Amino acid sequence: MSNADAHSGITHSGIIGRPINRVGGPERVDGTYRYVGDIKIPNVLHTRLVHLDCGRARIHSVDTSAALQMPGVRAILSGKELPASVKRFGPANRDRPILAIDETTFHGEPVAIVAADTVWAAAQGAAAVVVDYQELPGIYTVEDALAPGAALVQDPALRPNSAYKETNILNEWKFGWGAVDSAEADLVVENDYTFPMMTQFAIEPFTYAVEPTSDGITVYSAIQHPNYLQRVIAEFLDMPLSRVRVIAPDPGGAFGGKQHAKFEPLLAYLALRIGRPLRLELTLEESFQAARRTSAQAHIRTGFQRNGTLVFQDVEINYLIGAYEDIAGRLVAKGSYAGGGGPYRIPNVRILARGVFSNTVPSTAMRGFGLPQMNWPVECQIDEAARELGIDPVELRMKNLPEYGEVFMPQDPPADGRWAETLRKGADAIGWGKPLPPGRGRGISMGLKLGPTTGASYAIVRLHGDGSATVLAGTSDMGQGARTVYTQIAAHELGLSPQRIMVVMGDTQGVPFDLQTSASRSAVFMGNAVLRACRDVARQVQELAAEHYKADAVIVEPGTVEVGGQRKTFDQVMTDRFSKVKGEVIGSGSARAEYDETHPLNGRPAFYEVTCTAVEIEVDKETGVMVFHKLVTVADVGRALNSQHVAMQDDGGAIQGLGHTVMEQYFMDDRGRVRNLGALDYRIPTTMDTPRELISLHVENGDGPGPYGAKGAAEGGILAVSPAVAAAVCAATGAMIRELPLTPQRIWEALHT
Amino acid sequence: MAGQLIPITLTVNGTTCRSEVPPHLTLLEFLRDTLNLTGSKRCCGEGECGACTAIMNGEAVNTCLILAAEADGSDLITVEGLSAMPYGARLQQTFLDQGAVQCGFCTPGMVVAAQYLLMNNPDPTPDEIREGLSGNLCRCTGYARIVEAVMGAAGDE
Ligand code: FES
Ligand code: FES
Repeated sequence: MSNADAHSGITHSGIIGRPINRVGGPERVDGTYRYVGDIKIPNVLHTRLVHLDCGRARIHSVDTSAALQMPGVRAILSGKELPASVKRFGPANRDRPILAIDETTFHGEPVAIVAADTVWAAAQGAAAVVVDYQELPGIYTVEDALAPGAALVQDPALRPNSAYKETNILNEWKFGWGAVDSAEADLVVENDYTFPMMTQFAIEPFTYAVEPTSDGITVYSAIQHPNYLQRVIAEFLDMPLSRVRVIAPDPGGAFGGKQHAKFEPLLAYLALRIGRPLRLELTLEESFQAARRTSAQAHIRTGFQRNGTLVFQDVEINYLIGAYEDIAGRLVAKGSYAGGGGPYRIPNVRILARGVFSNTVPSTAMRGFGLPQMNWPVECQIDEAARELGIDPVELRMKNLPEYGEVFMPQDPPADGRWAETLRKGADAIGWGKPLPPGRGRGISMGLKLGPTTGASYAIVRLHGDGSATVLAGTSDMGQGARTVYTQIAAHELGLSPQRIMVVMGDTQGVPFDLQTSASRSAVFMGNAVLRACRDVARQVQELAAEHYKADAVIVEPGTVEVGGQRKTFDQVMTDRFSKVKGEVIGSGSARAEYDETHPLNGRPAFYEVTCTAVEIEVDKETGVMVFHKLVTVADVGRALNSQHVAMQDDGGAIQGLGHTVMEQYFMDDRGRVRNLGALDYRIPTTMDTPRELISLHVENGDGPGPYGAKGAAEGGILAVSPAVAAAVCAATGAMIRELPLTPQRIWEALHT
Repeated sequence: MAGQLIPITLTVNGTTCRSEVPPHLTLLEFLRDTLNLTGSKRCCGEGECGACTAIMNGEAVNTCLILAAEADGSDLITVEGLSAMPYGARLQQTFLDQGAVQCGFCTPGMVVAAQYLLMNNPDPTPDEIREGLSGNLCRCTGYARIVEAVMGAAGDE
């Protein structure tokens, strides 16, 4: 097997693809895994944030005198007293202050932080801080934000170079090809769709700690991108990267909500100022105020020929973001660009997408990264056309799917999968076309997400003197199973049992750089980096064997060399070589995506993540309540490195998608306050909401750019749930609803009014 | 402000613990911060997610809703003591084998709730499992594999 080719076909050790159990699982079932909140730091002070009960306010003064007298309270910092030299931060534009200074810009933005000996004392202190403020009208909807003369959410001085700085528009993106206006269609479907404001709701709430050290600072955060956070903190504090250590234990769920810095800069500033380590654990309610998915409203016109051929897509979509940019620029661009066409061949496409500032909870990434918002209208339109034209929805989709290798977006790679196979598999698994009892309906939908367009992953593999190995990889394993997959790659390449391999992540002091854990990149980018590092090790072991046994050595299969006519495992070579003189072999590998300024997204996607979702549901017409009988997800993953892990991801993505499809949404009052913060009033799916049958299948043609032909996975499962369910509701009841979530109330109203 | 300390004695996973606790301290905080048993997790802090589930005097409870002082005299099993319980070790294994663990943050509460369920109903139907675990939120798995895992651990010990 060649050392150079990371993409060569499946191999025979049998470990690749096998559903080995989650690496890191045992310490999760016995409660010994230490999440960030389980780490004890000596001498730490506990902190609590002070916020106001309104969407937007002018802060007149913050009186901390009474609070400072409370027992156990050690320090209080308010935005009012922040020196002007304290920088703002943000992953794209540095537009966010660590505390609200003169105005709060959303419900939950902190105006002060209290540090005390105990959590209780900090809470008492926070309650005793007196803020004199005046509530101001805020911008809470797309309509408010875009109204002529609307108040500005963001100070233009924070983005002096933006053409939109005198508006509430972050930016406007125009994508497309062909000529929509002159395209001739037999049928034009035109509708409005909305996607709700909802939250990631990782079961682990946001928790942070910061410890000043004699030579720098250590930040503890369950962050998806430790190296990104390291850079944000280094820039914020004017410290070299080497002095900023980020310790990032595996997150207890993240889903995009934990990609970027939130309160780490605040803690870092205060910790340095008072010279004490600090810890902050948000309540679940505060976590709801710290991150949400971007909501959206779309107006869409889709043109078809009588035979079902797609002629044009014309979309205008407004994504409502918070008061700070966070990662919204990227999200709106990437989400709308790929979503506008979906996985279909459409000759004429015009997309106008905006990010729109508002005085709402900061919006950030969430599984699907802007795509579920776009895929919702795009796929619903196809079903509507199918109904109008009298064509079966599966056949209509089949007709418009590109062939393998066909260019379907002019500036992007050709179709890299057999997507008709994906659709067919979904249709078969749901029993498409078979008779159903009354009251039931089926729906089917597809989704396409661009894989990562950027990437830089570095891995180090150390083969120790006893033949065991340590893999250093900067991915965050937030449940997707990266530890497992890297273990499998190393086990295969080095000929070791998984038990002899340790994957180390989440500490910037020892683990090499990884750009981020997002965009379903980690199997492909870090996977390739790990694989290349293993092959670098293999090359060195080969040399070492030749030297040690003084004979020609060749690698005959992964983990085995033939030397002087004898086969030896790496394990044997290492123990022979290093039993007397100690030592180890260190290999490194990397994988990058190159910047491409000619592409609308400055980079071509590494792969396409294509999924089919199919559902069978039943609606009680008297109550509008829906029962899920079956949900099928089919994902084209190129090669499943661990078949069970892939299915686990698709199960989870599907049920998260079911959440925003049928129940999840923030309720905001006209003062911009979210009224359903927390688990009591914001419902996510429970065991009672899971479909009676939840099936996750995949298509494997070994055609991805990752190890052994893998593509990314784990986001696809969420993309196509909403349109599939809406189509099923329509099939069961005749009601087509274009506003998510499809609550019993909405369904009932659609049927009875 | 913290009021006077209240002496308590309770058994946690078979070990007797004596302590003096402030009146506001929850049982969950006592477990996590005082005893350093951090397996029980805090998510909602209001009895809605089940991440903090323990078995107290034979009943499944949300430890975030109980004051440490109220637990005086009780017999408590947390995830750290689960493997010594009937079904405990088996549940831990079936959770791993069925792929019912992703991020794992809900898992301690989930396996303890499952232990309680099987103690009271050794042969549950899938619907009974769904009902029994409906107070435990998981954001990662979609639950189907969790139900499978509990099915797999059911039956006579
Ligand atoms: S933390 Fe106790 S039920 Fe949620
Ligand atoms: S495994 Fe992550 S919340 Fe259940």
